[in-house]
Amino acid sequence: MAMTYLEAVRETLRQEMRRDSRIIIYGEDVGVRGGVFRATEGLQAEFGEDRVMDSPLAESAIVGTAIGAAINGLRPVPEIQFADFIFPAVNQIIQEAARIRYRSNGTFGVPLVIRAPYGGGIHGALYHSQSIEAFFAHVPGLKVVMPATPYDVKGLLASSIEDEDPVLFLEHKGAYRSIRGEVPDERYLIPLGEADVKRTGTDVSIISWGMTVNSSLKAAEALAKQNISVEVLDLRTIRPLDTEAILATAKKTGKVLVVHEDNLTGGFGGEVSALIAEHALFDLDAPIRRLAGPDVPAMPYAPSLEHAFLVTPEKIEAAAKELALF
Amino acid sequence: MPEGLTAEILTDMYYHMVLARVLDDRMWVMNRLGRAPVVYSSNGHEATQVASAFALDRGRDWVVPYYRDLALVLAMGMSPRDVFLHLMGRASDPNSGGRQMPAHWGSVDLKILTTGSVVTTQMMHAAGIALAAKLKHEPTVAMATFGEGSTSQGDFHEALNFASVMKVPAIFLNENNGYAISVPSRKQMAVPDVAARAQGYGMPGVVVDGNDPIKVYEAVKAAADRARAGEGPTLIEAKTYRFVPHSSDDDDRAYRSREEVAEAKKHDPLAVFERQLREQGLLDDAQHKQIHDRAKAAVDDATEFADAAADPDPSTLGRHVYHEAAV
Amino acid sequence: MAKAKAPAQRKPAPGLGTERLREMYYHMVMARALDERCWVLNRGGQAPFVISGQGHEAAQVGTAMAFDSAKDFLCPYYRDLGVVLAFGVTPREVMCGLLARANDPSSGGRQMPSHWGHAGRRVITGSSPVATQILHAAGVALAAQVRGEDTVAAAFFGEGSSNQGDFHEGLNFASVHRLPVIFICENNGYAISVPLSKQMSISSVAARAAGYGIPGVEVDGLDPLAVYQATEEAVARARRGEGPSLLDLKVVRLTSHSSDDDQRSYRPAEDLAAERQRDPLPRFRSWMESQGVWDAQQEQDLGARIQREVDDATEFALASPVPDASTLLDHVYAP
Repeated sequence: MAMTYLEAVRETLRQEMRRDSRIIIYGEDVGVRGGVFRATEGLQAEFGEDRVMDSPLAESAIVGTAIGAAINGLRPVPEIQFADFIFPAVNQIIQEAARIRYRSNGTFGVPLVIRAPYGGGIHGALYHSQSIEAFFAHVPGLKVVMPATPYDVKGLLASSIEDEDPVLFLEHKGAYRSIRGEVPDERYLIPLGEADVKRTGTDVSIISWGMTVNSSLKAAEALAKQNISVEVLDLRTIRPLDTEAILATAKKTGKVLVVHEDNLTGGFGGEVSALIAEHALFDLDAPIRRLAGPDVPAMPYAPSLEHAFLVTPEKIEAAAKELALF
Repeated sequence: MPEGLTAEILTDMYYHMVLARVLDDRMWVMNRLGRAPVVYSSNGHEATQVASAFALDRGRDWVVPYYRDLALVLAMGMSPRDVFLHLMGRASDPNSGGRQMPAHWGSVDLKILTTGSVVTTQMMHAAGIALAAKLKHEPTVAMATFGEGSTSQGDFHEALNFASVMKVPAIFLNENNGYAISVPSRKQMAVPDVAARAQGYGMPGVVVDGNDPIKVYEAVKAAADRARAGEGPTLIEAKTYRFVPHSSDDDDRAYRSREEVAEAKKHDPLAVFERQLREQGLLDDAQHKQIHDRAKAAVDDATEFADAAADPDPSTLGRHVYHEAAV
Repeated sequence: MAKAKAPAQRKPAPGLGTERLREMYYHMVMARALDERCWVLNRGGQAPFVISGQGHEAAQVGTAMAFDSAKDFLCPYYRDLGVVLAFGVTPREVMCGLLARANDPSSGGRQMPSHWGHAGRRVITGSSPVATQILHAAGVALAAQVRGEDTVAAAFFGEGSSNQGDFHEGLNFASVHRLPVIFICENNGYAISVPLSKQMSISSVAARAAGYGIPGVEVDGLDPLAVYQATEEAVARARRGEGPSLLDLKVVRLTSHSSDDDQRSYRPAEDLAAERQRDPLPRFRSWMESQGVWDAQQEQDLGARIQREVDDATEFALASPVPDASTLLDHVYAP
């Protein structure tokens, strides 16, 4: 049935909690209120206060205790209210959750899914708009999942919960209510580390992840009317990374535009670009192009400034067109 | 003597304290010989560590230790061989396969949770283990240990608050030796007792003489009983002293006087306990000698065993970053 | 409106003469009126986001007035409209912040509304992750101590913030170094939707002071005189070099957490109605009248003045320019 991105998150959590009693959810305001974005609405009523808990306002505690609970046999799916608020928990995520398997020589594992709404364009300003994936994609031992569509939310969230390792599951706030799509009723899994060609094309490849996949599809649609054929590759997970899919589309069209909302320098687009440069340079017909947020600390509030920051379909269209005409 | 502490158990406690001390001394020898790059000691903390482990339901309860807990992990069942394999970074080190620095304990079988180097993270993990135990309705207790320096970290506060709000079966055992490396506790906190902080979380805060194993045993046993009864966590502060530098890379003469250390050694937990056992008629010269000989033999064996063990194969560097499906 | 009365026999602190009492009331009424206007602009589609201080006015104005705005520093949090007004931030400046105008003194339209900051008024810029400002206030006080200045710093925060590690680290650091800083908790019993009982196992945040060896004082935050007095004592103590204090000001939250929240979904209607009865404004007015320092005519004049000033602030902000998109890259580093 058709549902929003947000509903896909909620219904997947519900479906998974029904089949696996080890799953618990906790975080700030996830219980009675059902989350500030309503991603967990109704779950406490269905599963009780033991499985859907409001926690004290302390992110390091949310992640740190979830590590212990995971080690003692549960499948915690904690929520960080905004991705911007994850930073007090960085020590627990990077130096503990992601490192416990390696440091114990494979004897301990931390099956944990941290959900966090990221991204801007919702008047969230510097602390409710950030794209944080590059900080975490750098960390071996952690997996970073960024779905673009309701269909992918369901399959990727279920896979993340089944995964034996810690997963950072980033949901774009702008997508929650604006992106709708068909989602089958039955359970299905999408493997982590498999990219998806969301639109096939021959002139230019756009490689993206998360919400900017949707913006890229809009741009591709507009360009199709101008007889420019754009392929859109959705990475879906940036760690593990589907290198094969990246190289395949780069070799196919010979022109690559990498798009992300996070700021440019040190962004994950640099990694994608480097892979193509290393392995497919002589298949290219134009220099790799990156389109990303500007190098300012985070997204400002005033609509004029926020709009200037955002990677919009129009900006993507212009960049892809320039590349097509190169 | 508290109920349940038979003569056999008491002498076993004493053996583990002696074993820890002998092992610890040997580690320093290995370090000075250039065979172990770094050593962290439990020297001085043995009563707190051994007695607290004995007060738990070993095999069922979890401990989430920190780097000073050699005596604790020995009392939880880790063998001297395993300790030395870890010290020397051997492939068969059960704690980490030679990946972590020495004294970063961890064993699934013994319910000792793997620990990192950034202090206080482990308190959260204990709270989480206890949360899972509570939700699964298991009579399991999780005990985190930590130095008093760790109590200045935000994670200390968040863990105690979380554990008390959720009423989880956890014990937070502070091994207060008065120094965070070189920083004395008066520069660490403006209160004399870490236990005073318990009232900020609505949980009991208990101060205990950490050099007296019977007192520690009683306090931890009471906290464990309380936790198992569903009454929530307890903060215990065991006052003790570290007789040696922070690590083999530290020189404590720079920050504390020899007189102070000599004074503290008058309360050496091994001597305290030996005296108690002798007074109770539970230890005589022959038993004393037998226990020390047994410890030395175990340490000699461990040293030789670890010496002969293989180093990790460099080809395994990339393993265990993620889960490896069983083949 | 119901009038919860402060005891008529209550006497104000010596520092509070008639004019200061009237000033106190003015700031409280102004904070409420501006706050209400912010909601009107939000519902009218002109302000994307509002976060409120309604119910906190007595606590905010009472405490802020006990500091010296010429030499002390404040690190407020997002509910502190009354605090910053009492420290000299103007209604026009508040409205320019709400509407994200280029001349917003807190951030030039970069931050969400109520992320106060005013270099000229000694109000230090804050962010959205809670409790970070507690450490900043401790650091400001450390600098004052090192430089031998007679400056006191204050950090304001909600009770939810007292569960963050930064709260603990800030109080511990300040107490070890006996810093001149006051930690002011505006305890309204809810961290967004989470009630106090699910945030901590104690009823008063002040109980945490014992863990740092500093005074912890629980105060009726609906009584600006009590708040003023408690703050004044803490500030005097800090100036004498005796270190920090923790105040737990018990207040009510008369609105939802923000314009994106609806507290009816998690708070019983009876509780909301009961809190409405505890509004600090009519209570203080009634006390002022009982002391003969306020009357109906003055109330009417004040209402008219506030209305004028709020209208002026609104019009001023609406007519102010929005930030130019070309300034997006400014101020990433020092010029």
